[in-house]
Amino acid sequence: MSALAAHRRHPLAFVALLLVALLATGMLYAALAPSKADAAAQPASQEDVDAGRELFLANCATCHGLQAEGSDAGPTLIGVGAASVDFQVGTGRMPLQATAPQAPQRDPQFEDEQVKQMAAYIASLSPGPAIPDEEYLTPLLDDDERVAEGNELFRINCAMCHNVVGAGGALTRGKYAPPLRGVEPVHIYEAMTTGPQSMPVFNDANLTPEDKQSIISYLGYVDSVPSPGGVSLGSLGPVSEGLFVWVAGLGLLIACAVWLGQKSS
Amino acid sequence: MSSEQSREVARPGDHAGVPDRFDNPGLPAHRHRLTDADPRAAKRAERQVSLLFAASAIGTVIFLVGYFAFPLEDSTFGELQKSTLVLGIGLGLALFGIGVGAVHWAKTLMPDTEMIDERHPQRGTDEDRQAAVDILALGAEESGVGRRALLRNSLLGAAALAPIPAVVLLRDLGPLPGAVLSETLWEDGVRLARDPGGVPIKLEEVTPGSVFHVIPENLSESEHPLEEKAKAAVLLIRLDPELVEDDPERAGWDIDGVYAYSKICTHVGCPVALYEQQTHHLLCPCHQSTFDVTQHCKVIFGPAKRALPQLPIAVDDEGYLVATQDFTEPVGPSYWERG
Repeated sequence: MSALAAHRRHPLAFVALLLVALLATGMLYAALAPSKADAAAQPASQEDVDAGRELFLANCATCHGLQAEGSDAGPTLIGVGAASVDFQVGTGRMPLQATAPQAPQRDPQFEDEQVKQMAAYIASLSPGPAIPDEEYLTPLLDDDERVAEGNELFRINCAMCHNVVGAGGALTRGKYAPPLRGVEPVHIYEAMTTGPQSMPVFNDANLTPEDKQSIISYLGYVDSVPSPGGVSLGSLGPVSEGLFVWVAGLGLLIACAVWLGQKSS
Repeated sequence: MSSEQSREVARPGDHAGVPDRFDNPGLPAHRHRLTDADPRAAKRAERQVSLLFAASAIGTVIFLVGYFAFPLEDSTFGELQKSTLVLGIGLGLALFGIGVGAVHWAKTLMPDTEMIDERHPQRGTDEDRQAAVDILALGAEESGVGRRALLRNSLLGAAALAPIPAVVLLRDLGPLPGAVLSETLWEDGVRLARDPGGVPIKLEEVTPGSVFHVIPENLSESEHPLEEKAKAAVLLIRLDPELVEDDPERAGWDIDGVYAYSKICTHVGCPVALYEQQTHHLLCPCHQSTFDVTQHCKVIFGPAKRALPQLPIAVDDEGYLVATQDFTEPVGPSYWERG
C-alpha cells in the first residue's frame, strides 16, 4: 500500500493509469455489448464466402447469372441480402423445382451450413437485410400482452392474405399466400423483411423488430392452442364450413324427406 | 312443323289397339302392408316405435346430465366443447326420437286406406250473389254518396291529407347524410400514420416494395374514430414510378413513386389490402375485385365498377408524409346521393 503511494508521483504513473483505464473500458465494452457483436451475424469468414460462391456457381448461376446479375430466367440477387437467401433456400423454395405461378415449398435441398455460406456470398456482393437476431425470434407465448398485440398487427398487415389464423389463402392467377402454421420463426421474420415473391416488404420502420416478434408470438400461440369450436375444417372460414353444412346437413334433411315420402312395405 | 313431323312418325305404329280417349283409371288397387296382414309384424313395428320413444327419453336424460355435469363457470375451451357436444347430442336425440317414432307409427300402424274428400264448388248460389249486390246498392242509396257531393268531396280531401303526419314522422327519424359520405378526415397537412399505433410515417421509411396500412394522425381525436377510420383507411405503396401510367391530372399526387390509395373497395366497401408486390395488383378478399396500381388502381377484374380513389400526398418540413387535400371523390361503394 505504501509502495503504491510512493510511486504515485512517478513520471510514468500517468501512462500506466491511462493504460489500465483503456483496458478496463475495452473489456467492459466487450462484456456489456456482446449482442451488438452478434448482431453483425458472426462476421462471415472469407472461407464461407468462397464456399458460398462455389455453391452459387454450381446451383444458382444458371438462372441468376454468373455474377448474380440476373437473367431472363431469374432476378438479380445483388442487394437482396442474406435473409432472402436463408428464406428461399432454407424453406426449399429455391432452387426452383418447376416453372409455376409461384415457387412451391419443398424439402430443403442444402444443409444449414451450405445455406449460410451461400447467404454469406450474396451478402458480400452488396448490403441487404441480414439473417435476423436470435433475440427477436423466440415466441413469447406466456406474454398475453405481446400475443394480443401480435394478433392486432397480424390482422391489419397479414390476415387478408394469410387468413386470420395463418391458414393461408388464394391470390390472383394461381398465386397463393402459403399457410403459416408450423413455419420456423426465423423464416417468418425473413419473409417480412425481404418480401418474397408476391409478398410486400415490411421493413423495420413499418413493423419494428419487437412488432415482428409479437407477430411470431401470435402465430406460435395459434399453433399451440386447440381449436375451441371442435373440428376446425382447416380454419378456412365460410367456404369449408359452408361446404360441410351443404353436403352433410342438407344431405341428412333430404334423406329424412325421402323416408317421409316413402310408402311403408 | 315439328309436331306434325312427330305425328307422322307416330302414325306408322299399330294404330288399331289405341283407344280414341283414355278414361280415368282411378286409384290403383289397395295393397295391404305387412303389418296389416301379419300380427307379428305389427307387434314388431309397435316395439320399434316404443324403442324410438325410449331413445328420445334417453336423449332428454343425456341433456340434463350434460347440463349439470359440465358447469360453465371458469371452464376451459375443452370443457365448453364437451358441454356443447353433449347438450347437442342429447337434445337432438330427444327431438329426433319423438319425430321419427311418430312418423314410423303413422306409416306402419295407423290406417293407410285411401279416402276421397270431394272439393266443394267455390261459386255462391245466384240468390246469395244477388243479395250481396242489393246490400251494397242499398248502402250507397242510404248514405247519399251519389247525391251529397259536398260530403263526398270533403271526405276524399280529409282522407288524402290523413297520411301526411306519417310522412313527417318518418322524416323525423334522422337527418339526411349530407356531406358525411363524401368527406373524410384527410385534409391539407394531416400526417399519414401507421395503423395500429398512429406513428407518423417518414418518406424514407417507405422502401421499394413496402406496403403501409395508414390512418390519419388525428384519427384518435375525432368524435367517432371507428366511423372515420372506415372512410379514411389508406394503403401506402412504393413502386418504380416508371411503371406507372402517366396521368397529367394526377401530377404531383405521389412522391418518388410513393402512392396512397383508399383501402375501401368501390364495390361494397371491404378493405382492399391484398397487394401483390410483383404484379402490382390489389385484390379485394370479398369478391375478388382486382385493381392495377400501375394504372391508378383501375379495375381489371371483378364486380367493382370504379377505380380506388387516390389521396394526393406530399412531405412536410420535418420529412413526414402528409395529405395535401381530401379525396377528390367519395370513397367506397356507390350510394343514392352520389349520382
